[in-house]
Amino acid sequence: MKAKSKTPAILTWLVIAVIYVAVFVAEQLLPPSSMLFTVLKKGATYALVAVSMNLLNGFTGIFSLGQAGFMLIGAYVYGIFTIPVADRPVVYQYYDGGAIQFTVPVIAALILAGLAAAFFAFLIGLPVLRLKSDYLAIATLGFAEIMRVLIQWNPMGPITNGANMLRLFPNFNDFNLRDASGNVTLYLSTLVPFLIAGVCIGLIVLLLNSGYGRALKAIRDDEIAAEAMGVNLAHHKRLAFCISSFFAGIGGAMLAMYQTTVQAKFFTTAMTYEILLIVVIGGVGSVTGSVLSSFLFVAASEWWLRFLDEKQMIGNFEVPLLRNGFRLVVFSIIIMVVVLFFRRGIMGTRELPDLFRKKRKEGAVK
Amino acid sequence: MSEMNIQTVADMETGGVPVLKLEHLTMQFGGVIAVNDFSMHIDQGEIVALIGPNGAGKTTAFNCVTSVYQPTGGRVFFQDQEIGSSRLHQSPDRITRLGIARTFQNIRLFSGMTVFENVMTAMHLRRKSNLFTQLLHLNAEEEKKNRAKAWKLLETVGLTDVAEESATSLPYGKQRLLEIARALATDPSLLLLDEPAAGMNPQETDELGQFIVRIKDEFNLTVFMIEHHMNLVMDISDRIYVLDFGKPIANGTPEEVQQNPVVIAAYLGVEEE
Repeated sequence: MKAKSKTPAILTWLVIAVIYVAVFVAEQLLPPSSMLFTVLKKGATYALVAVSMNLLNGFTGIFSLGQAGFMLIGAYVYGIFTIPVADRPVVYQYYDGGAIQFTVPVIAALILAGLAAAFFAFLIGLPVLRLKSDYLAIATLGFAEIMRVLIQWNPMGPITNGANMLRLFPNFNDFNLRDASGNVTLYLSTLVPFLIAGVCIGLIVLLLNSGYGRALKAIRDDEIAAEAMGVNLAHHKRLAFCISSFFAGIGGAMLAMYQTTVQAKFFTTAMTYEILLIVVIGGVGSVTGSVLSSFLFVAASEWWLRFLDEKQMIGNFEVPLLRNGFRLVVFSIIIMVVVLFFRRGIMGTRELPDLFRKKRKEGAVK
Repeated sequence: MSEMNIQTVADMETGGVPVLKLEHLTMQFGGVIAVNDFSMHIDQGEIVALIGPNGAGKTTAFNCVTSVYQPTGGRVFFQDQEIGSSRLHQSPDRITRLGIARTFQNIRLFSGMTVFENVMTAMHLRRKSNLFTQLLHLNAEEEKKNRAKAWKLLETVGLTDVAEESATSLPYGKQRLLEIARALATDPSLLLLDEPAAGMNPQETDELGQFIVRIKDEFNLTVFMIEHHMNLVMDISDRIYVLDFGKPIANGTPEEVQQNPVVIAAYLGVEEE
């Protein structure tokens, strides 16, 4: 057998290490209010959710649009189980302090958030995964909408706080180390989301490179052939669906930490579309692409294109068209251009190690 | 009745149960009867060909054996175990698990994968490791064994030099060989080949014939194939079944089938008398 070069793998690890060190160092040096950290925190969150969506849409060939629904479940489970008991009367003021009077550690709550999302995925996967392509997309979209309404339903109030927001649970800033007087001694509020997302994405990559990952790609490439080669379609599709939802749930919990509050009405279909766009722009079937485009997307929408929403003067000349909402118009145009002219996205189906390989045939997947 | 006689004779000769047995297999799509009352059997170690003009229902018969379709009538047995009938349907992956592997008439390789990965994927069903041991790389032993086996299969079909190429970038003939290698990776005892020589030139077809005989012996297989290249069929088949408009019209050794007037009429057409 041919011996594979180890260089690309080493370079890949090096790049990842450099990024983490850079994030850590930047956080200690730059002011914490810098826009950069907003982008990095939200970017890490979206990267995880985008990769989880890519696992379904890009690697298994299941066109699901339920991501916002699973994020919603994750965000709520995280919030519900981590709000300090002392703060519950304030948060659940309309529901007598709520029904749940205990908290679990943050890590446990994150895993619980993932498990809850995976559990719901398992339940709706039983009927829904029998559907194909568009029908499956519509069914999962419907599921996300139902979850959003269900959580705001008044009788659910003692648990979900109804249509009111959940707040006062541990957020990213609580990861900063502080001394006795409350001054921050070590900033970790950006590194921690990077670590959480990194571990989760790492697990997904391990899955994709295992025999199970190959079975999923086989389903994507040709369902009939996959089945003829002994891949149990129902079992593997359900597996992919549950795993993807597990990580979407954790992503939802991270979003809750980022926003410091959770309210069901923000987990709309538009959020799923944002993530779908990230996946498409990054390259359907590339983990690296999803991660890259998450940061680009968040940076563009939160930072670089913000000026489009405000009145801009060049000398005495007021630039026309610029007003609140114009950013979204430009954004839509960028998206159309990508879909029309760069359909393979930033990475196509290539991954980070592929960039370090000298010769790689077009269309070859890692 | 005549099938029953052949059956008994065959059983006496080999002393074993047939590897594959179809009993009055019928497949009806709406008003079209694609396969009509087809009975046959294949014994261990045989190469049996299924021939017939286009649209005769050959691939439909294959699809009934591999559970892609559920037959509307009749029964399918594999090593004396009933695997399909109008009352019994299991998913195709279970059939593969039992030991029946197939190739496709219109090549169905996994286009997003390399040649090597295509073969590796087909070993998924025989793995003992589960998701967690695979994620944590606790199955290194098995993975190593599988990789070595995949490599050996690629050596068998002569595709080692293109192992890292994208599967669909290969020329047509090599894609067909890869499909065979992939089918062999599932550890079959019965191999179904759907037009393995389609699109090959006479020399390639010749080599393919020798190749099929070689893998049959090497992997202890029984081979059931659909083929239009008559030279190949006549060269390597032990017995031949002929379908026409879904109906079995003849069967026997290559010599018998070649001289059968009904077969000649079906292929060449017959003048009205």
